Amino acid sequence: MELLMLIVIAVLFGVGTYLLLSRSLLKVVASLMLLSHGVHLLILTMSGLREGAPPLLDESGTGATDPLPQALILTAIVISFGLTAFLIVLAYRTYKAHDTEDLEQLRGEPNE
Amino acid sequence: MLYLAILAPFFIALLLPVLFRWTRARQIGWGLLLVPAALFAYFATYLPAIGRGESISREMSWVPSLGISFDIYVDGLGLLFALLITGVGTLVVLYSIFYLDKRKEQLHHFYFYLLMFMGAMLGIVLSDNLIILYIFWELTSLSSSLLVAFWYDRDRSIYGARKSMLITVFGGFAMMAGFILLYIEAGTFSIQGLIAQADSLLGSPLFYPAMVLVLLGAFTKSAQFPFHIWLPDAMEAPTPVSAYLHSATMVKAGIYLVARMIPVFGASEAWFWILLLTGLVTMCWGSVSAIRQHDLKGILAFSTISQLGLLMMLLGIGSAAMFVGGDAMESVYAAAITTAMVHLVNHATFKGSLFMIVGIIDHETGTRDIRRLGGLMTVMPIAFTVALFGLAAMAGLPPFNGFISKEMFFTAMISLQELSWGSAMLWVPVIGWLASIFTFGYCALMLFRTFTGEFKRFNFDQEVHEAPIGLLISPIILGSLVLLLGLFPNLMVPSLIEPAVASILPALDPELYSFRLYLWHGFNMELWMSIGVIVFGVLLYRSLPGVSGWWFFSRERDPLNKLYDGGLDALAVGSEKVTGIQMTGRLRDYLAYMLIFMIGLATYVFFRSDSLVAPSAIAGDAPLYLYGVAFLMILATVALLRIKDRISFIIVLGVIGLMVSLLFTIFSGQDLALTQLLVETVTVILLLLAFRRLPEITPERIPVFSRIVKLVISSAVAIGVFLVGVSAFHFRNETGFASISDFFKENTYELGGGKNMVNVILVDFRALDTLLEVLVLGIVGLAIIMLVKHRFKGGEDV
Repeated sequence: MELLMLIVIAVLFGVGTYLLLSRSLLKVVASLMLLSHGVHLLILTMSGLREGAPPLLDESGTGATDPLPQALILTAIVISFGLTAFLIVLAYRTYKAHDTEDLEQLRGEPNE
Repeated sequence: MLYLAILAPFFIALLLPVLFRWTRARQIGWGLLLVPAALFAYFATYLPAIGRGESISREMSWVPSLGISFDIYVDGLGLLFALLITGVGTLVVLYSIFYLDKRKEQLHHFYFYLLMFMGAMLGIVLSDNLIILYIFWELTSLSSSLLVAFWYDRDRSIYGARKSMLITVFGGFAMMAGFILLYIEAGTFSIQGLIAQADSLLGSPLFYPAMVLVLLGAFTKSAQFPFHIWLPDAMEAPTPVSAYLHSATMVKAGIYLVARMIPVFGASEAWFWILLLTGLVTMCWGSVSAIRQHDLKGILAFSTISQLGLLMMLLGIGSAAMFVGGDAMESVYAAAITTAMVHLVNHATFKGSLFMIVGIIDHETGTRDIRRLGGLMTVMPIAFTVALFGLAAMAGLPPFNGFISKEMFFTAMISLQELSWGSAMLWVPVIGWLASIFTFGYCALMLFRTFTGEFKRFNFDQEVHEAPIGLLISPIILGSLVLLLGLFPNLMVPSLIEPAVASILPALDPELYSFRLYLWHGFNMELWMSIGVIVFGVLLYRSLPGVSGWWFFSRERDPLNKLYDGGLDALAVGSEKVTGIQMTGRLRDYLAYMLIFMIGLATYVFFRSDSLVAPSAIAGDAPLYLYGVAFLMILATVALLRIKDRISFIIVLGVIGLMVSLLFTIFSGQDLALTQLLVETVTVILLLLAFRRLPEITPERIPVFSRIVKLVISSAVAIGVFLVGVSAFHFRNETGFASISDFFKENTYELGGGKNMVNVILVDFRALDTLLEVLVLGIVGLAIIMLVKHRFKGGEDV
């Protein structure tokens, strides 16, 4: 189970890194989203995966899954959402100001 | 009291800026003259005790955990140098009062640096701790280059200052590394402590590296070949500085260090050979190069280099006393050390007076070029007399002190043949003798080109006359010392030279060795060598006009300078190239560097801790539907790479987010799934709003090579994350350590009063965290409003 999830996570990281190194601003934003998905799943996986054991005392009792990673991931999801939202608006404004979202053209003249 | 003596110059130097308002445009030299004079008198009071063979030490702890303590050790060698520093210092300050114009020059800077140098130099020769010695050593390098750059609006001054700084500080660093190696081996920074352990040090593997590094420091400071090139360029300093730092004291710091280290290193033959050969090469190179200079100070600079080589060589010969057996043999080589000490003082007297005379000539005529000078004998009779004394001493003529040390130098070289190599060592005296001929040659050149011949008034921009008496006092005192020490050579032997030699060769029995010096040795080999020097020296001088057209003669600058200049240029060009390759200005490249570094770091940690686990170790069953979800997830993610349409790209991105939410649901993370669902929806809407109007994604046309690099980096990241996950999970299963989560499981209801553990953790146990998280979101919201609404005045300008 964990092995399968780790393969999924590895693909998320690989594609995320590939997009991170590209020229398009949209792809860079997307890459950060993929990477944060990867990180969240990785935290969950490393602590062990449990099916049908929600961290609710009434439902699962002491057999519940580990609540701490979930709390951490919840925080991380919200923060990465804030970051992504900001990046999207920043990219939008950059495009409006420069008429391009190509990082190579945004860089300006060489030796500037 | 001793501490105060060393630190007094620093304190007084620090007072200068404070007093600047009241002392502006006044000749502050008169007041400051008291400092070296008082220090000289103070150190002279130690003479009787040191003369009896005692040594004085004071201890003061500084950083005891590192073995650094400000310990002072006064013995014959240290006292000889301290007296030299303060004595010559007094004369130089006196001379500078008349040399530097109080209205035109920045005297505060000058005396500040000079006092700083004096204190640092005293610190070098009196401290027993190598780290303290190193600190003072670098302070002398610093003050030296500040003084070279005293006329900082001249390009050549700045060039010379930078050069002296680079070369001496390079040597200083090497020396510190040597000291640290000694510390590793002996466990102490104390020089006396090292001397006590000299025998065990000799067998250590770090002995030779430490020796070479310490010698690098000494050789750069004492301008030994091939590091001597900084000294001629340091002549851009005002002449009092050249007289003081670059002939009498600072350049002798290397000689001091070598003399100090003879008991530690002298027992090895390598030490003997390095000192002998370096000294010999430096001596020849210096004296031959001096012949072709046209600048009087240039001649003196190369002459100083040559004399420093001579001193270094004498110390080398003398350290043979450490490894040859027998008292008689020992005393022969101890004579070489005596010669070095005697010549050290002699050199300070005659070279100091010569520098001052050259300064006077420069001051009165406005030039130092021997092609323009001539016939000054009648115009400046006093300066001429002093110069005659100094030059005769340097050339080794009786009855001046230089003659005595030259004779003793010949004796020392001849005595080398008594070593086990026998008469195979004959080449040393021959080469030394040839160098002496050149020494005679440039002395004659200086004397006759400057003082004899026709006096051409139109060569000078100003009226030429004898210097004021104030300028002449110091050279006259030094000049009379030259004569006095020649006629009565034993004047300073019992009180100064004997204790100094005793502290360099502690094993030597002073009863067996006579320190008497004689002006007249009788008709022996040395005398015939001296006569030969005079004969061939005259011949050399006579033939100079004939050879002056040779290429050798027409090149004033040392050929080694090309190496230095070229090296600096290559360094500048090279680092610019490296920076150019590295700093491309592309965000992608910087990200690539960081990723490569992180991959490398992770790989290193894996190998170092040997924690790599095969994926099969955690293989287990998975329900069939999970394979389906995983397959869809991978498919969607990989598809992102191929999609060209912007809207489809965003939608697939949303699909991935929803899949993540689904996975959270499967693995018992209901709260996570809900949040993820919400966040993903908002993000996709935002993306569509922002990127709807943008043009289609243009396919990237990038070279195959960078595409491959991108692929390699991203696959490496993927594999790295995979392996980290596998290892971490495996580690967790294997060790089964208690998770802190148990605390939350047990106390959620008791302490938090809730049954949803995740929620209780967030709003109760980690409430402050969550509060700040809300704050972050608030700030993001504000920033987004700013970005969307705000316009800078005057339109768009981001």
